[in-house]
Amino acid sequence: MMAQLVFYIFTAVLLFSACMVITARNPVHSVLFLILTFFNASGLFLVAGAEFLAMLLVIVYVGAVAVLFLFVVMMLDVDFGQLREGFQKYAPLGGCVGGILFAELVLAFSHWEMAPSRAAPIAAPELTNTAALGGLIYTHYVLLFQACGLVLLVAMIGAITLTLREKATGRRQNITRQHARTRADTLEMLELDLGESVADRGGFLRPKSSYNEIAVPGSFGLVPETPTNEVASNKEKGA
Amino acid sequence: MNAAINAIGLGPYLFVSAALLVLGVFGIFLNRKNIIVMLMAMELILLSANLNLVAFSSALGDLSGQVMVLFVLTIAAAEAAIGLAIVTVYFRNRGSIQVEDVTMMKG
Repeated sequence: MMAQLVFYIFTAVLLFSACMVITARNPVHSVLFLILTFFNASGLFLVAGAEFLAMLLVIVYVGAVAVLFLFVVMMLDVDFGQLREGFQKYAPLGGCVGGILFAELVLAFSHWEMAPSRAAPIAAPELTNTAALGGLIYTHYVLLFQACGLVLLVAMIGAITLTLREKATGRRQNITRQHARTRADTLEMLELDLGESVADRGGFLRPKSSYNEIAVPGSFGLVPETPTNEVASNKEKGA
Repeated sequence: MNAAINAIGLGPYLFVSAALLVLGVFGIFLNRKNIIVMLMAMELILLSANLNLVAFSSALGDLSGQVMVLFVLTIAAAEAAIGLAIVTVYFRNRGSIQVEDVTMMKG
């Protein structure tokens, strides 16, 4: 009795929210009703005794897919008003097709009979649902499971390839150029006559001695023992 | 056989799943211009398939149906990711997501 009550509550909310998904004016509301739909579907899974799949449905759909939908709906600046223009136009056709489909399904299901002889269950019944599923996935269906991973990999690569911008948006490293660079490419030796000052030839810039404090240790020169004195002596030399 | 589904029976599950399938198909017809809601309707259709598989698996006491649900779930997630990526790229190129204009893309 309790199971039936729970089942019918979940069913009612499920069908109502599924109706709202396809008829809501605002796609954001659609996505939120989709989340409600999946919650109730996971409730139905629980009633049917598929605990692992119920939790998986909540994690995968509510946690990932619905958030993805929400993200796209909110990111795209779409005028959703004009997207609803064909709403009345296609409703009768859709109603016809849906009605016929539903009538046929009900017709088929109302005369459903199980075959008397069916295969014995593969998994041992005393295990929990998750353990039994794990035992099945990693033994009997291991190749299909691997193929699933492959499908997800292809989907990931496809989504990244589709949405990756070719245009460089920031400063990027050219690794090859950076590796091919030598000291002779960037530094030159200044030829000076005796007594001539570098300052007359435009001078040169060098890192301050305080650079040592923020640089990666050991990456820039030697740490001077008394930085302040060295700066002072440099100034004296310049003067 | 699970006790809960024994009390409810297979019929109501199949009925709910059929109704969900019809709602998904109807949603695709209803939102011919809004591809995002069409993708959501497709998720509903896949969910109805999942519900059917779980109901049969539970009623027959055979876990293979639940393994199939796992695979359908994977495919559905991959499909949603790819579909939404295509929608994003299409919007970036054209500034709208009018599904009718997609026919202009054919070479």
